[in-house]
Amino acid sequence: MTETAPRRADAAPALADAVHDGVHDVVPLAARRRSLASAGRAAEARPGAADGVPITLSGVVKSFGERPVLAGLDLAVEAGSFVAVVGRSGGGKSTLMRLLAGLDRPSAGEVRVAGRPVAGVQPMVRLMFQDARLLPWQRVLSNVGIARGPDWRRAAARSLADVGLADRAEEWPAVLSGGQRQRVALARALVGRPGVILLDEPFGALDALTRGEMHALVDRLWRERGFTGVLITHDVGEAVALADRVLVLRDGRIATDVAVDLPREGRATDPRATELKARILAAV
Amino acid sequence: MTGASGRIALGRAGSALASWALPVGLVVLWELASRMGLLSARVLPAPSDVAAAFWASVENGTLLQHTVVSTERALTGLLIGGSLGFALGVVNGIWRPAETLTDSSLQMLRNVPHLAIIPLVILWFGIDEEAKVFLVAIGVLFPIYLNTFHGIRTVDRGLVEMARVYGLSPLALFSRVILPGALPSVLVGLRYALGIMWLTLIVAETISASSGIGYMTMNAREFLQTDVVLLGIIVYALLGKLADVATRAVERRALAWHDAFQPATTAEASR
Repeated sequence: MTETAPRRADAAPALADAVHDGVHDVVPLAARRRSLASAGRAAEARPGAADGVPITLSGVVKSFGERPVLAGLDLAVEAGSFVAVVGRSGGGKSTLMRLLAGLDRPSAGEVRVAGRPVAGVQPMVRLMFQDARLLPWQRVLSNVGIARGPDWRRAAARSLADVGLADRAEEWPAVLSGGQRQRVALARALVGRPGVILLDEPFGALDALTRGEMHALVDRLWRERGFTGVLITHDVGEAVALADRVLVLRDGRIATDVAVDLPREGRATDPRATELKARILAAV
Repeated sequence: MTGASGRIALGRAGSALASWALPVGLVVLWELASRMGLLSARVLPAPSDVAAAFWASVENGTLLQHTVVSTERALTGLLIGGSLGFALGVVNGIWRPAETLTDSSLQMLRNVPHLAIIPLVILWFGIDEEAKVFLVAIGVLFPIYLNTFHGIRTVDRGLVEMARVYGLSPLALFSRVILPGALPSVLVGLRYALGIMWLTLIVAETISASSGIGYMTMNAREFLQTDVVLLGIIVYALLGKLADVATRAVERRALAWHDAFQPATTAEASR
């Protein structure tokens, strides 16, 4: 599609495009996204394409020694939704993230991504860490294309352009600012169009202004691509700003499950968002 | 060029000159002392005599021949000992059972001064090439082993985990994450090893050899050619310096990212 199309903030014109392509108007949103995704390469560069896959956890327990960190978690995350998990440190957030990423196995229960049990790391699930974790000895472009694969340079360059850093491809990571490094890490996570992107407090170390920019960027990319987003954070404001569902994890269980049913624009100033934040904070 | 930068350039040239003032001054003093008969030629021949000896040995080809022989020994030993040390460092660094099995033995061997085993080496190999190459190999093995091991152990675990998430194969993980991460440390080991390499070779060639710079100097001692002895020492110094310059060049190329790494972290702190 055109160069400017992915920059569109609103998903509606994208759906109009889909109609032109012969997908019928009355098809429900999720099904339409699926058919777009299955339309193959032609649909890849299209805004509103739905990369997202569902995640389900059933009776997931994870203990380290005697101590259970996750005590029987049941959760269903819809394809293409954006879930934030908040909670105190030691509440099991990072453990949950590692299970979803396939870095650890649950002690009991099952984690399924796209209907298949997670049996290790997989290209469908990408993880953004608290720190950017770029290889200092590789240029930005090589870092973005770390998973290599055919034609990785072009894919990496496209991904870098998506986060607005096309002109920094040949730099060493060390010369970038903290925010730019996290954007490179985001570009790296986006290569190969994963179905799930896990964000493990990736904005915690950034200043407020840069964090706001990162939120807008993640929001735009999520709307364009429709991946399933899971954000781990202890910042309730960040959770409400980005997610359409907020889970409070406490003592290894989901203590609260709140839908954020607010327009995405202007959440920062929305009084209902403030009220929601207070409710979530009370549950943490 | 502005006046200020011109002054800075001049200052830089000046300090470069100043660092040479002392050695050049000493050589001039030494030459004068020899010419005035204050220094016996038996103790210390004049620099001009050493230069003459240099020309003579260049002309009859002996200097080149001995230098080539010595360099060959040094590099063979470095190659053997260095690759062994590197391989041990890598294996022990990434595989715990290997470390448990070999590390304490290696640490024990490391504490034996390798020159102390010269009598044993002569008993084993006689005074042939193998003896010298073996000694050099033993000498360079440990610094390279230790630094490779340390370098691999201190690779950022976060990067290794990231590489796992992105599905890097074990080979790609090693070549693109672990090895580059350990490289600065490995190169430090290499520089240590180069120093030890020449030192070992000098000692080995001085004790028993029929060619090489060490042999040349020992032979010259028999005929009281102090100028040739001095020449040999200077050649050793130059070879050592050359090796150091070469590793620095390798470092600059291989660690270009490292240069970007350092100033950026300080700039970040001041930002």
